[in-house]
Amino acid sequence: MEKDIVIIVPAYNEEKTIGNVIKGIRDNIQSTDIVVINDGSTDMTENVARKSGASVINLPFNLGYGAALQTGFKYALRHGYKYAVQIDGDGQHNPSFLPSLIGEIKNGDADVIIGSRYAGGRGYDAPVLRKIGMKVFGIIASFITGQKITDPTSGFRAINDRVIRFYSTDIYPVDYPDADVIIMLHQAGFRIKEMPVDMNPSLTGKSMHSGLMPIYYIFKMMLSIFVTLLREPIRDKT
Amino acid sequence: MPLRQQIFAILISIGIFVIIIELVRKRRLREEYSWLWLLTGLILFVLAVWYDLLLTITYFIGAGLATSTLFFFGLVFLILINLYYSIKISTMANQMKDLAQEVGILKSEMKKSVKESESQSVKEL
Repeated sequence: MEKDIVIIVPAYNEEKTIGNVIKGIRDNIQSTDIVVINDGSTDMTENVARKSGASVINLPFNLGYGAALQTGFKYALRHGYKYAVQIDGDGQHNPSFLPSLIGEIKNGDADVIIGSRYAGGRGYDAPVLRKIGMKVFGIIASFITGQKITDPTSGFRAINDRVIRFYSTDIYPVDYPDADVIIMLHQAGFRIKEMPVDMNPSLTGKSMHSGLMPIYYIFKMMLSIFVTLLREPIRDKT
Repeated sequence: MPLRQQIFAILISIGIFVIIIELVRKRRLREEYSWLWLLTGLILFVLAVWYDLLLTITYFIGAGLATSTLFFFGLVFLILINLYYSIKISTMANQMKDLAQEVGILKSEMKKSVKESESQSVKEL
């Protein structure tokens, strides 16, 4: 039994996809703990997830993607897991890459492994504006961290226990944790590594980036990166 | 300042004072917040009684009319109060998030331990 790993699946109204996601995880790693963070869903997400054999943490109301994820990290911290993998509940991330992601984090060369759509010259179909956005933030993140970051928005990541502890504190930005988190991790002295993965277009078609959200997103990310650079680096105390 | 204006301003500031004290007495407003409002009432009162002070400030900041001084500082005050509330709301949102996460985790653990103790007692039977 691989009891030192927990797979964290944040889900908000994903009853159609969550079952397959959990099954996909199970098909690839037989015995690991899967915890679904049900972020105040109004559909059958909880039941479907439970039936598929995952433990479920129900948040009393919708907190948003980042806060749901952080709940998973806090859970991992409380239960002393050594590694945690985050994977989205909408079926966007392909679970067949889980074993290699876990293998890579266990290797110990890095504290964070980011599953990247673009690493290794791969492509991914996304709306033009999003592609530009990802590219720009990728360039910014690469520039600041001094290493190539091709997919800063990827929510398919594996982390070790030091990062779990880091993520469980108040410094974790809970609304859109992506490029700014990478910079924060870098400032705190963690080693980041990208690994090529394939991703499906989101099956449910809903995205957190719709309507006016992209504009807010760009603004928030710029501000967040800017103030992160202004702050004293938060050194990992372990 | 015309006498009528002065009396009106004094009445208003006294009114604010009374309302604040009453709200604190009924525990509808926490003492923590009341000082801000009491200060507002006090400043209003001082400016109404001491018109020369208002004129001096007006001259000092280079405003044309005493009334625009009042409006300007009134606006600045409102902006600052809103900022103060934004800070408070941010703090509370953060605390609420932490609480919600904690509740979620604790509930799931409780469920698990209830299940375990149930299966335990079934075994014992």
